[in-house]
Amino acid sequence: MEKYIVDIIYLIGSVSFILGLKMLSHPDTARRGNLYAAAGMILAILGTIFLEPGIGNLIWIFGGIVIGTVVGWIAAKRVKMTAMPQMVSLFNGMGGACAAVISIVEYTKHDFSHGGAALVAIIMAGLIIGTVSFTGSMIAFGKLNGNIGDKVFPGQKFINLVILLAAVGLATYLSMQPVADNMLLYVVLGIAVLYGVMFVMPIGGADMPVVISLLNSFTGVAAAFAGFVYNNQVMLTGGILVGSAGTILTILMCKAMNRSLFNVIAGAFGTAGGAVGGDKQQGTVKEISASDAAVLLAYSKKVFIVPGYGLAVAQAQHTCHELEKLLEEKGVEVKYAIHPVAGRMPGHMNVLLAEADVPYDKLLEMEDANGEMPNTDVSIIIGANDVVNPAARHDQSSPIYGMPILDVDKSANVIIMKRSMAAGYAGIDNELFYYPNNRMLFGDAKASLQKLVTEVKAL
Amino acid sequence: MEQVLSFISENIRFIYLLILMVFLGIEVISHVPSVLHTPLMSGANAIHGVVIVGAIIVMGRAEPDNYLALTLGFISVILGTLNVVGGFVVTDRMLEMFKKKKK
Repeated sequence: MEKYIVDIIYLIGSVSFILGLKMLSHPDTARRGNLYAAAGMILAILGTIFLEPGIGNLIWIFGGIVIGTVVGWIAAKRVKMTAMPQMVSLFNGMGGACAAVISIVEYTKHDFSHGGAALVAIIMAGLIIGTVSFTGSMIAFGKLNGNIGDKVFPGQKFINLVILLAAVGLATYLSMQPVADNMLLYVVLGIAVLYGVMFVMPIGGADMPVVISLLNSFTGVAAAFAGFVYNNQVMLTGGILVGSAGTILTILMCKAMNRSLFNVIAGAFGTAGGAVGGDKQQGTVKEISASDAAVLLAYSKKVFIVPGYGLAVAQAQHTCHELEKLLEEKGVEVKYAIHPVAGRMPGHMNVLLAEADVPYDKLLEMEDANGEMPNTDVSIIIGANDVVNPAARHDQSSPIYGMPILDVDKSANVIIMKRSMAAGYAGIDNELFYYPNNRMLFGDAKASLQKLVTEVKAL
Repeated sequence: MEQVLSFISENIRFIYLLILMVFLGIEVISHVPSVLHTPLMSGANAIHGVVIVGAIIVMGRAEPDNYLALTLGFISVILGTLNVVGGFVVTDRMLEMFKKKKK
């Protein structure tokens, strides 16, 4: 009887995951979708604990769940909005590690007298993929947090391939063995740990969202392998669903940046160095003072604010909103132009500005914003760089050539708020800096915005 | 060779499930607007936390004298719970901001 009920519970859980994921892809239903999936998860967990045959050690199980819940809840509630990508990476790593640990236990418990090479191979696959996902996510976390830099050395791709082949080869060998070989199991584990590190190490910090999304689908696959070992439907459906949806999402993210997944993994973009296309466009860079900028803004009819990662780092979203409100009071039409990959993750800016209570209808997506650019008096760019570089439209030698950009250069005036003349993530010079209709306002985004607010108030 | 074929045949239901789920996963999210990429990734991240079910089975079926299984099982329950709870809470926090915008 209990076995039948748990099967139905797993069925409900699986459906809730599918529904949840479906709802998560529409803005109106997203939040409910997340809750549906969470409810399905709780149901599946309770079903496993109370209805799966032969489950003991309940104290330990609840102890682990309580520890995990308290730590996870606090960490997720306390994390700053700007640090969300790291947090997702960290939690993803936990899932990968969980799958890897399960695989180790199942291998040591495996009954070799009955053969089952295929089962061992699946356990091995879960171990390798879970471990790579874990160490890869930890490196991605470190990179986004600024603890770890990009490391590239000659022959890296070749060495990575060798490491991967070594792991797969040893795992295959282990699957063929008639007895358990724990020593070799830990060797495979060690190689997988190394591969996860080496895999993410050369990839540029700006590409981390794509990498996290990819590792996310890895963990899904690892969970599905574990589900196969236990003949557990909910793990299988949940795991495969995330595996395939995660892969598509990764590809969609790459498309938004107009790059191929291979290109990202090869690490060609983020680490190519700053030598490309740097010295073609030379000219004079004009500065503007905060008071002049304030006058220019206050007497405009229409202003676009283009936020980028600089805004997120400086935590300047509230000040930005304040400036926007002040200008609106003076009769200026202010809107935000959001590039799909502005910031560190797609959707980063929307989340950030929403935190500062910027109304939804003020945020324009790229196509709509570009349509209005020619009628705009001032575009003010706050800590964004590559996403407004006109080189993407015409300079075929530029690494970002072909990437869709915001055509801010078509507005009458451009003000770039930036700390220095330094290049963006792509490591290339921005020719917009030298355009005749552009002026630079140097300084930290928050400090500059505060100055602007004071100046506009004084007008 | 026969071993491989018999493995496929024995698990043919899983293979059907696998293939259908792959297409379903692609279909379900293929029209997501770029604004929702991050929350969707985070939500999917929470869903693969279903690996916790495996962790509970490992822990629950560990013999009282199998200290390796007990220790690793306990660790994996903690790790899996972190993935589930952290994943859903972070996603909810992100989406909460989207909701506020619509006032």
